[in-house]
Amino acid sequence: MTLKIIVLRNLLRRKGKAAFVLAGIVLGVSTVIGIISYVEAMTTDINHKLEKYGANILIVPKTENLNLTYGGLSLGGVSFEMQEIREKDLEQVSNIKNSKNIAALGPLVLGVASVDSHKVLMAGVDFQSAGILKPWWKVEGVLPGENAVILGAEAARVLKMEIGNRLKVNDKDLDVSGILKSTGSQDDQLIFTRLSTAQAIFGKNGRVSMAEVAALCKDCPIEAMVKQISDALPGAKVMAIQQVVKSRMETLAQFKKFSYGISGVILFIGSMVVLVTMMGSVRERTDEIGIFRAIGFRKRHIMKIVFMEAAILSGLAGIIGYFLGFGATKAALSLFSESHSGNVPFSFELAGSALMIALAVGLISSAYPAFMASRLDPNDALRAL
Amino acid sequence: MSYIVAEGLTKIYGSGDAAVIAADDISFQIEEGAFIGIMGESGSGKSTLLGMMGAMNAPTSGRFIVDDIDIYSLGQEQRADFRREFLGFIFQSFHLVSYLTVIENTMLPLAVVKAGKNHKLEMAQEALSQVGLLDKAHRLPNQISGGEKERVAIARSIVNEPPVLLADEPTGNLDTKTSREIMELLRKLNQTGMTVVMVTHSPDCAGYAKRIMRVSDGKLVEDNSDPWSIAPVPCRTESNRQSATTSRAGV
Repeated sequence: MTLKIIVLRNLLRRKGKAAFVLAGIVLGVSTVIGIISYVEAMTTDINHKLEKYGANILIVPKTENLNLTYGGLSLGGVSFEMQEIREKDLEQVSNIKNSKNIAALGPLVLGVASVDSHKVLMAGVDFQSAGILKPWWKVEGVLPGENAVILGAEAARVLKMEIGNRLKVNDKDLDVSGILKSTGSQDDQLIFTRLSTAQAIFGKNGRVSMAEVAALCKDCPIEAMVKQISDALPGAKVMAIQQVVKSRMETLAQFKKFSYGISGVILFIGSMVVLVTMMGSVRERTDEIGIFRAIGFRKRHIMKIVFMEAAILSGLAGIIGYFLGFGATKAALSLFSESHSGNVPFSFELAGSALMIALAVGLISSAYPAFMASRLDPNDALRAL
Repeated sequence: MSYIVAEGLTKIYGSGDAAVIAADDISFQIEEGAFIGIMGESGSGKSTLLGMMGAMNAPTSGRFIVDDIDIYSLGQEQRADFRREFLGFIFQSFHLVSYLTVIENTMLPLAVVKAGKNHKLEMAQEALSQVGLLDKAHRLPNQISGGEKERVAIARSIVNEPPVLLADEPTGNLDTKTSREIMELLRKLNQTGMTVVMVTHSPDCAGYAKRIMRVSDGKLVEDNSDPWSIAPVPCRTESNRQSATTSRAGV
């Protein structure tokens, strides 16, 4: 006979009360774990996107151009001087210190082309790097060969072109090999062809208008990379495009704070459930505690009984709460996240945290009932002597 | 010096006009191995006296000494240790723990004692065999009779072989035949050298004691008396209980 046996027998006898305490802690822990793992999964997802294509770097020619755009209304620009980037110079980018962090480098030639009576912006791109730089592209048809183009969805509509049609661009006949599905971006307005084809049409052989860099940037120093590319290409202006990702991360951070607040409230409610139930249990067991004290249990033995009960229940609740929260996160991700597969990895760290949170809630909430139980006077408790 | 010494034990509940003197300057001495019966009317203060003897109810004044230890000079936790090591309790209404089996109830005082599992089991089996309940060791309290519950309570009180056994109306809830069996059991325990102090209403039961103390209105009015000289007291009505209380309070 040990205190442990008394505790286990009592828990088995009062299954309803034990289940109530268990449910209180499980609710709190699973909510906290659910929220934390959901936020973690979203953060990982964003980081993954960031690594994939999020933090691109733009390389544009240095210009004395003043942009005359205000509130979305473009009034044109005043170009004083325009330098172009030499395609050969772009090779310097692969020699920078953080070149390992570069996933793709996409040179781009831009020019205004005449198609029938329309003026259209034409872009010559490297379709291999475009696959990494613009993963949202979905091409109906095939990528263009030497004398072919793909059209943006809007451009195809305006020009009334379909796959297989032929169009004359600046007196050069080109086949329409594919049409881009609508992206909701400026790409919908453009005609895309191979870099070399565009260079030939616009007479810009060996030169590019700009270049895009896909940097693997979860942990890489993006600002340092911008500096390194600027140093490598003194005639170019290098900019990082991080705003979207940054704002998304900021939103997530706000959501994180809000979620932790909600978790705190739920944990507090859970601990109140434990406190009230344990107090009720102590009151119900006044006689029993009186017997224990009368036959020589010390105060600490009584406290140990209450704490052991709380520890067993909260430990169990921690384990159940973790798996429940884990399952809820998986379900929530597959339901609410478009890009996430719902594949959340098992985390020993989080499981350990769940156990610690549950134990902390259970033990702290039981401290007062345990103290009250230990203070029971055996004579008063029994009223028999 | 005697094994148990009570010196001027006084217990007053409440204060001022509401004060009730439950024990009034009680003094006595008990030798080791004695069998004491404490008799008295309901509300006479005998249970208060037993509580003080059980190191559970601190007197307002006076001293209670067992084996040269002044019990109420000890702290609460030391008194708990004293109860565990020196005293066995038999409660009037058994007070068994409902979710523990007979043998687990018997082993209860050993739960906080550092000893091997097998040793504790042997001690409990020995206690149960003394009360003749070894065959029902794995039953729950609700699966045994009232007499058997009393036996379990006795087994629990003697499992750690205390030198003093305190019994509060040990036959109060039992029929005549079972009462006799229980009293025989207490006598046997006393014959092993255990000091037994028993509160009882019944002269039959008191007849097993070697010495009778009679308590009335919180005072020890007779010592060493013949149990048959104390007539059984009928149950009191609420009104005469109050009048007795008032008289004890000296109002």
